[in-house]
Amino acid sequence: MQLTGDRFTSETASFGNDLSTFPNFPAEIRAPAGTLPGVSSFQLHFADHDILTPGDRPDVLVAMNPAALKANLPETPHGATIIVDSADFTKRNLGKIGYDENPLEDGSLEAYHVHSLDLTGMTVEAVKEFGLGRKEAARAKNMFALGLLSWMYNRPTEGTIDFLRSKFAKKPDIANANVAAFRAGWNYGETTEDFSVSYEVKPAAMAAGTYRNISGNLALAYGLVAASVQSGLPLFLGAYPITPASDILHELSKHKRFGVQTFQAEDEIAGIGAALGASFGGALGVTTTSGPGVALKSETIGLAVSLELPLVICAIQRGGPSTGLPTKTEQADLMQAMYGRNGEAPVPIVAPQSPADCFDAALEAVRIALTYRTPVFLLSDGYLANGSEPWRIPDIAGLPDLSVEFATEPNHTDAKGNPEFWPYLRDPETLARPWAIPGTAGLEHRIGGIEKADGSGNISYDPANHDLMVRTRQAKVDGVARSIPDLEVDDPNGDAKVLVLGWGSTYGPIGAACRRVRKAGHSIAQGHLRHINPFPTNLGEVLKRYEKVIIPEMNLGQLITLIRARYLVDAMGYNKTRGMPFRAEELAGVLTDVIAGVDGS
Amino acid sequence: MTDVVELGFPSLGSIPKTDIPQRAADFKTDQEVRWCPGCGDYAVLAAVQGFLPELGLARENIVFVSGIGCSSRFPYYMNTYGMHSIHGRAPAIATGLASAREDLSVWVVTGDGDALSIGGNHLIHALRRNVNLKILLFNNRIYGLTKGQYSPTSEVGKITKSTPMGSLDNPFNPVSLALGAETTFVARTIDSDRKHLTSVLRAAAEHRGTALVEIYQNCNIFNDGAFDLIKDRTNGADWTVRMEHGEPLVFGTDSSRGVIRDPENGMLTVADVNEVGKDKIVVHDAHAEDSAYAYALSRLSTKDLPYTPIGVFRSVEHPTYDDQLRGQVAAAEAKLAGDHTSELGSLLRGQDTWTVD
Repeated sequence: MQLTGDRFTSETASFGNDLSTFPNFPAEIRAPAGTLPGVSSFQLHFADHDILTPGDRPDVLVAMNPAALKANLPETPHGATIIVDSADFTKRNLGKIGYDENPLEDGSLEAYHVHSLDLTGMTVEAVKEFGLGRKEAARAKNMFALGLLSWMYNRPTEGTIDFLRSKFAKKPDIANANVAAFRAGWNYGETTEDFSVSYEVKPAAMAAGTYRNISGNLALAYGLVAASVQSGLPLFLGAYPITPASDILHELSKHKRFGVQTFQAEDEIAGIGAALGASFGGALGVTTTSGPGVALKSETIGLAVSLELPLVICAIQRGGPSTGLPTKTEQADLMQAMYGRNGEAPVPIVAPQSPADCFDAALEAVRIALTYRTPVFLLSDGYLANGSEPWRIPDIAGLPDLSVEFATEPNHTDAKGNPEFWPYLRDPETLARPWAIPGTAGLEHRIGGIEKADGSGNISYDPANHDLMVRTRQAKVDGVARSIPDLEVDDPNGDAKVLVLGWGSTYGPIGAACRRVRKAGHSIAQGHLRHINPFPTNLGEVLKRYEKVIIPEMNLGQLITLIRARYLVDAMGYNKTRGMPFRAEELAGVLTDVIAGVDGS
Repeated sequence: MTDVVELGFPSLGSIPKTDIPQRAADFKTDQEVRWCPGCGDYAVLAAVQGFLPELGLARENIVFVSGIGCSSRFPYYMNTYGMHSIHGRAPAIATGLASAREDLSVWVVTGDGDALSIGGNHLIHALRRNVNLKILLFNNRIYGLTKGQYSPTSEVGKITKSTPMGSLDNPFNPVSLALGAETTFVARTIDSDRKHLTSVLRAAAEHRGTALVEIYQNCNIFNDGAFDLIKDRTNGADWTVRMEHGEPLVFGTDSSRGVIRDPENGMLTVADVNEVGKDKIVVHDAHAEDSAYAYALSRLSTKDLPYTPIGVFRSVEHPTYDDQLRGQVAAAEAKLAGDHTSELGSLLRGQDTWTVD
């Protein structure tokens, strides 16, 4: 089903629609088919205009079995088109999920346009010339459904046919059967009178440029490769497989031609340890993980804070606590990124707001890490990681210059007047310490997790020095704010009294909700944070401009806690942890209520 | 496997040398050494500082990485690059460093608690990967820094602060453990035997791949005399099997003991040379490909057979992880038509694009 969704997305992208996708699947690799927990779905929203989310509720639901119907019906609005494979609605399958009656026959779907088709039967018939068994033949029914939908929405077909031929190049029978099923589905739509309408969604008006479709994890991996090229430092990824971050490891392992080293470690701790070791050696050290992995890496992140070496920790958040919901999304690791270490161990946090934005966010995380010699969190989530959207391919010449200079000369003189190297003498502007890599003669030095004397870096247990170092490390991270842009607020009417503030992947749903609210004649301001630690310098001033600030988050209130503590602003939260992105409709309702409350008071 | 570049085994070939003669003093730092007076660590530090000049490596291309524990303070006293990291993780950190930098001689300094308890996982994986690391495992069979709890090499029944009625768990034999992980170079030596310690360090330095050197090290505060049996000036030789490649495994104050292979089960045991005859004595083969032989040797020092082989158990040449990783990268880079920047352009463009005017 994920493959079918990918193909439809690809055809839609190359047609020029704006789009947003939401793959949703169980954590089990081969979850029992036909059961509610086993349902795997792929939601696609496409339009002839700029869109921000994969959509709240589908206009068309394709349900390949009763479980898929039952699982998705609550999200499907009345009046929607439902296409089902009637062959799968057997008494046994219905019983498996607790249907006493066949919903296709008991009138319970009267509010929908239901097309009950024998997709399995028609597919088997369409591919019989290739001599496959019934089970294998029936597998092609997803392609039949894809063909039918491609007809309904006037999608181009060549790409999918080429894809099938190349994917199954070594199994021509399977390739032929899938192509035949795909064509049969298209032809079925065209010839039958069951479907009276075919929709035409024109290409969206987008800024000029060359586009491609891209998922968040892919964009993040590309951003890291680009950062390596732009910094001139070899990328070293130390990682341990974990959902939903593993794709970044897979992707980067394919790009050794850029000098990328990928190291699949024995555990999360070794993954970040190796990355930090590589950073010590002058590489761009990166580790990728999710919430449980961050927990294991915490001690090493603390060491990186103490060593003051560049390191990027890409945390692709998922539902927690513990194993939680590995394949579902959540934003509940913000506090872990912010405070999840022993001691005062500040770490800058950067969050992408859409799948394509993961590219820019990765470059920004690397910029901060290299400039300030600090570990940096790049906080993505499962929704961004697997979701996709069109991406205007950037001009390489326009990418930021991330080049760094290693220390090459002594920077101090000892009591006898001899030159020496002090690893903790700081740049007065950034407070970054020099990065002197092994192999540099005359700068031999020892660093470690024990508190260091300001300047010399020698072990120091002096109380005043420790206090100074704690404050200096904090000041260094706080100072990152001087290098980041002000928070821009989107308030087209300019008279909004309510500000909705978000971070990370909620950008799409919040933006879509704001459009709805404005369309209904209300004013609302939207601000979205790329930098959460430190905050942009104008944030406090922005917050004070509004009578009410509302912060929607896919957690129980983490950003809001930081905001309230820092700015003493009586912000209100809207919080859900359903493992799913917010619906624009739902958020629009919430925002409208808040506006009404402010206007009424 | 494709794209693996065979690099051969240049032991230290990739590391820059210096023309300037070095002395032990060149490797000393201005930091006051803070181990307890009488600690075995001093002897190891002196031996390392004393033998490094022999290698003639550029001092700036040597890195010591340690974890946490008494021995892990070692890098502070070495005038090279160094990192005192976190408990148990030095092998992982050193793996990243050694992979990223072919031109460095990377040494890990660790103890029995650091390497075998909290860092056990990282140790065995570094060993199995055969990363170009020299791991010095200071084994004093006790926790020193935390003031005297039993360690994973303490003998069963050890009475300590945390085990007032005696420890219950079986100790690791670090050499057996390393050989079980197919380590390509495994040796054991003793802090008090400067000459032997130096010879083993030299052999480890020359080895390309992971070298694990277990150093019996006396903690005179919490576990004094742990190795007195083999250190005893009069009778120590009766318990110490000094292994030399190509030489028969004969030992004892009067060379009366020898290691023989039990024809019944193939295991190695100790016998009286005069009783069994010299031709029955096993000739040491450190280069035996099958690690079973070295493993059998390592089992001589179990509880029932307290004979302690010292020297090199195993030294074989296998491709190293980091050489092969760099080989894959080099092979991929060799296929590049343009530079990284132009290649980045094609990567970002991908296959399926569309243009909006």
